[in-house]
Amino acid sequence: MTDIYEPLVKIVGKNYVSNQKEERYFYARDGGLMPAHEPDYVVLPRTTEEVQEIVKLANREKVAIVPKGAGLALTGLVIPQKGGIVLDMKRMDRILEVNEKARYVVVEGGTTQGALKSYLQKHHPDLRHSIPDSPPVATVVANVVIHGQGRLSHQYGFNSDMVSGLEVVLPTGELCRLGSCSVSSYWFSKGAPLPDLSGLFLGWFGATGIITKLGLKLYPCKKMRDVMVVLTDRAELVPDILLKLSHTEMMEDINVSAQPLPLRFKGTFWIMGYITGDSEDELEFKRQMVWGSLWDYFEKREVGLLSVSPDMKAPLMSMPSKDLTRFADVAKGGGFQYAGPITPIEKFPAFIKKLEEVAAKYQVFYASTTRLIGSGHCMMFSFSFSFNRANPDEMARAKKALDEASGFALEEGGVLWKADLDEQKMLMGKMDPNTLNLMKKIKQLLDPNGIMNPGNWEVK
Amino acid sequence: MSELKFDKTKCADCQAVACLVKCQYIDLDRNTAKQEWQKVINGEDSFVLEACTTCYACEEYCPFENHPFYLIVERQEEKGILPAPRPIVTMWINQCQPVGKFMVGKIERKALSYCYLPQFNALVKGKLFNGIASSVIFGQEFFCNAVYLHYARTSVIKERLPKVLDNINKQGIKELVCLHDECYGTFTSLAPAYGIDVPFKPIHYFEYLYERLKEYKERIRPLNIKVAYQRNCSARLAPETDHFVDDIFSLIGAERLNREYDRENGLCCAEIFRMAKGPKLADEVQRRNIDDMVRVGAEYCVFNCPACWDSLADKVARKGIKPIHMIDLCKLAIGEEQSLKLPALTVEV
Repeated sequence: MTDIYEPLVKIVGKNYVSNQKEERYFYARDGGLMPAHEPDYVVLPRTTEEVQEIVKLANREKVAIVPKGAGLALTGLVIPQKGGIVLDMKRMDRILEVNEKARYVVVEGGTTQGALKSYLQKHHPDLRHSIPDSPPVATVVANVVIHGQGRLSHQYGFNSDMVSGLEVVLPTGELCRLGSCSVSSYWFSKGAPLPDLSGLFLGWFGATGIITKLGLKLYPCKKMRDVMVVLTDRAELVPDILLKLSHTEMMEDINVSAQPLPLRFKGTFWIMGYITGDSEDELEFKRQMVWGSLWDYFEKREVGLLSVSPDMKAPLMSMPSKDLTRFADVAKGGGFQYAGPITPIEKFPAFIKKLEEVAAKYQVFYASTTRLIGSGHCMMFSFSFSFNRANPDEMARAKKALDEASGFALEEGGVLWKADLDEQKMLMGKMDPNTLNLMKKIKQLLDPNGIMNPGNWEVK
Repeated sequence: MSELKFDKTKCADCQAVACLVKCQYIDLDRNTAKQEWQKVINGEDSFVLEACTTCYACEEYCPFENHPFYLIVERQEEKGILPAPRPIVTMWINQCQPVGKFMVGKIERKALSYCYLPQFNALVKGKLFNGIASSVIFGQEFFCNAVYLHYARTSVIKERLPKVLDNINKQGIKELVCLHDECYGTFTSLAPAYGIDVPFKPIHYFEYLYERLKEYKERIRPLNIKVAYQRNCSARLAPETDHFVDDIFSLIGAERLNREYDRENGLCCAEIFRMAKGPKLADEVQRRNIDDMVRVGAEYCVFNCPACWDSLADKVARKGIKPIHMIDLCKLAIGEEQSLKLPALTVEV
């Protein structure tokens, strides 16, 4: 491979390129279980023009290039399988525009969730975005590229459904705008009424281009917020409870927690629903609607409403959830990964059973968080395992547990979310051949030299 | 397994049937009350078993100390009646299960019990705890288990309580200051009612505070405040401790306001009703209680139990009444600061 260090320095300056061992070590891995692989260069661009120049260089030299947010997908999606360049987007972090009346924001490709949340709270307190439960350093773009979900997903679907426009550097270096912003100065729609081309980039894990700007829909931010915690000890009731809660259309976010520890969780499923209002009366109305929807189950003593103390409530109200981060290190040693198939909610009982089965079989500590997506059209069900990174045996067992869970989810009709390379193979093995062929044609058309995040969505 | 010492002859001679007639949640005339109570005694079906809110109050109403509430709970469990939904009961049974994760300080002859309530870690500060603050026990191993009276599970109490007593005894504790009122009720009422020996002297923290305040009498600056006192469910197990509230208030210049829902007619925090009977009853009882505090002009609401604090502190604060735990109130009187405060609830959106 040609040494492109100097040309890269020429584009971004020497402070923002590295081919040194320590950076290559760091950018070779994420917090999950996929094997590390070092890049040859780490580059931090500041502008779209710089991204274009880097991509043109990489395409000319046929050097792989992997765009990276915070690397928190945990499934190895930004591990450079064929070396080359890791393009760390964190310097492109400007919030470019908030349109209060059309309720959208335009951000650069490396803007973090935390920065956007904080900016909106300070400057546009009546607006909010769908915050995922990843750490605040997760980037907005990476989250939609993996079809992430967030705190508004029950109401509005996948976070990628909330995209309202894209600016993309194609693998051959051209700059392209998609959606209303391609014909107008407004970023209110990613497609309609035009042909929706956003699907060429969303869900592709950076294998078809680099998003340098993103329009994202914003939603009303009410003055008050509360959480209701509903408990049941019967997994088979969970789908119906979720449907009833969803039917009220009162909750912006609905999650289910299942885990054996701490002991208060053992043997029960905690269904947490979030409501908002501009007044206590509005909140109370919503509480009553929600509670009324479950009254039959309550009278049969199958479902309980948990009294939530202020100390319990504070972590439940935090966005993103700090509890998830705590679980990530419960086994000590900082290893955490989950398989999060997207699946119909009727599958909840079967998935819980499988989770308990694989956790026992491979002796790994487990937890599960389920999030309803889009009025219960589907759910993300996480098979989550934490492990000690210093214990190779434990890591191997966790990987086997994940693989078995993913295989099961696929067999049950689920679709694997932010699939790692092994899971992508499983998915493509099951995919309609004509769909696969279409994906292959798209990839070849957009990325003729196969430089973009190679290994991912690679149709043989 | 221990058995409840219940003397049905006392009930046979009882004309008042105060246990049911005085009940704040079941409206019965004396004759019906007598009939229904007889059914409970006989182990027959009675609607009382379903209607009971588990407020504990009948333990105080009974002039013969015959433990009517414990009998109700026994009968509920025998008949498989669930006062609260099954998953709530399961959660409570699991979360307080002893698992060997307890905390023991530098134990002296006299010790403080935090029960299984971390709020005491914030509360136990300052001069009132000089010399004893490090002699402390905390955790499921020292949890009094009386809460299972709310969930028709005396079987859990009977199984776990002797072990808890043994755990405390093994620490060499001779006098245990119960910071959780319910622990004191457990050791002085529940355990004896089941013939379970308590191998140490339980001291109610009210008595402890009163004695310590007397030591610091010269430091006390009268607070000159009007106070609504929030009686808790377990106070019904040890009503003999209620005079300490008056004694402490008198010492520190707090006026215990004469209001409808105090003393024998006190309303509990009602949060247990939310889980047992649903939000409507809980909200209604809490509203009545807080309205009563407002009506009499309370400046402070003084809590005995941290669970009541969790349930009501935020709600009384919204009505302009300052919530404070009894320990903190005593600290204020000697010039120290309130430690247990409402968390800044992130209403972040």
